[in-house]
Amino acid sequence: MTDITTLWTAVYIAMLAAFTGYVVISRVPVILHTPLMSGSNFIHGIVLVGAMVALGLATTPLEQAIGFVAVILGAANVTGGYVVTERILQMFDRAKKPGKGGLK
Amino acid sequence: MTDLSWIIDPVYIATIFFFIVGMQRMSHPLTARSGIVWAGAAMLIATLVTFLTPGLTNVALMAIAIVIGGGFGYLAAKRVAMTDMPQMIALYNGMGGGAAAGISAVALLGLTAATGGDAATAGSATGLFAVIGGLIGGVSFAGSIIAFLKLQGWMRPRPITFSGQQLLNTTVLILAILSGILVILQPAWVPLSVAVYLPLFFVLALGFGLLMTLPIGGADMPVVISMYNAFTGLAVALDGFSFAPPNYAMVIAGIIVGAAGSLLTLNMAKAMNRSIRNVFFGAFGATEETGVQIQGSMKPIDVDDVAVMLAYADKVIIAPGYGMAVAQAQQKVKELADLLGARGVEVKFAIHPVAGRMPGHMNVLLAEAGVDYGHLLDRDEVNPEFPSTDVVLVIGANDVVNPAAHRQGSPLFGMPILDVEQAKNVIVLKRGQGRGFAGIENDLFYRDNTRLLYGDAQETAGRLVQALKKL
Repeated sequence: MTDITTLWTAVYIAMLAAFTGYVVISRVPVILHTPLMSGSNFIHGIVLVGAMVALGLATTPLEQAIGFVAVILGAANVTGGYVVTERILQMFDRAKKPGKGGLK
Repeated sequence: MTDLSWIIDPVYIATIFFFIVGMQRMSHPLTARSGIVWAGAAMLIATLVTFLTPGLTNVALMAIAIVIGGGFGYLAAKRVAMTDMPQMIALYNGMGGGAAAGISAVALLGLTAATGGDAATAGSATGLFAVIGGLIGGVSFAGSIIAFLKLQGWMRPRPITFSGQQLLNTTVLILAILSGILVILQPAWVPLSVAVYLPLFFVLALGFGLLMTLPIGGADMPVVISMYNAFTGLAVALDGFSFAPPNYAMVIAGIIVGAAGSLLTLNMAKAMNRSIRNVFFGAFGATEETGVQIQGSMKPIDVDDVAVMLAYADKVIIAPGYGMAVAQAQQKVKELADLLGARGVEVKFAIHPVAGRMPGHMNVLLAEAGVDYGHLLDRDEVNPEFPSTDVVLVIGANDVVNPAAHRQGSPLFGMPILDVEQAKNVIVLKRGQGRGFAGIENDLFYRDNTRLLYGDAQETAGRLVQALKKL
């Protein structure tokens, strides 16, 4: 990251990602705000791959210990975020099925 | 072993593609579920190819950590009740923040070891990103854990305030930033060694997250949870830059989450007519309006009368709040709505954006009970309908239906509410005579067209169902 070109590339990417995120997310309806939140919670679980690399490159026992904990936390973030989101969306899936609701 | 590491970048690119598609599919309830499944598959493959990173050691430790963390995440998420979702989301969010802080810590320790504590490579961009990522990640970790403890009821959910609190918080933040700058620059003239201020930096970051969340109470949680969600996203993005070469999958995914979280945070704050600053530094409920005398009295009503009222109404709107979640009354409420629907009564649900403890909380609970989302109306959709409504059933909601929000001088003034008081009759299901979260007296309860039905929401809804069946 000492290379200034890499830094600017990163800024380009960050800007485009921010716009993409904004555009995609502003279309999510209010009733899906919880799954949106837990879904984005799951997506930042990508931190797991970073934690894995951090642990994989750790050399001292202290680094290993911190990396180990980071991988545990990241893995819990990913699986928990996924399962929670999936469970919530499953309910919206079920609620729409005709015949389940007696409301007219 | 052949070097397969070339596969990592293409897979990460595909992962990002599926993340974005997955989020896009969330724009409709019918496609949302397939979206998360695609994103999940992409994440799984991304995790697997990460094992191919060249020079990776500690692989056994890594596998053990993944099994422990993944196992915990899976089991806890499978078992948690829908009513406990807000704290679960806060917890997983905090774990992501903690992982990000951990990555920063390892990166900074590595940098420090490489420089031997002198300024040889100090001031590098890597260090800068790792420090900012560590600060935000640490704040998000500690803050989310406090939010989790409050939502879980293991800690008093009321705002915790003391004199000099803001001064202390600001001081801790400034010290955290200063020690972060020391970590980046490692200037030779500072008598302390990096082994002192590096741990100090993380302690201060965690401390600030903790202190910042203490004064925030239960009803402000929708804002807080979505804000820490954005924080963790940003921390992950910044940590992506702490690797050489940068991990662009982390950068892009993190920034998208940051954008999503910020958008939601602003939405939630707007729904309460409060600025983010006010949520975090206002210690809501501390101020009490003086000199306002509420006219009228609280008039109770019994279940049979309410049942008759509902049965012969043309249009009924149900306005649920956090009380419905606490009492786990959603199933009974759905039964009640079905019975009324079968009698030809038009039934709708009025959903306030900040009802409950997280964005969309009421929608999730009602969807769990099987209510078609077509019956769930947003505040702006439902407000014009109240004047033509015969009965509004307020179930465990308080501040979001308090007409004091229309009165200048009230702490709630300006908050867009559900205008239930415009309906012909308002029935409030309530546990006792207590006040709402904001600690503000609710004018609605004293109105002439309001009647109070005391009792546990689940039990009361059940008794209403029984009474309706007999009619």
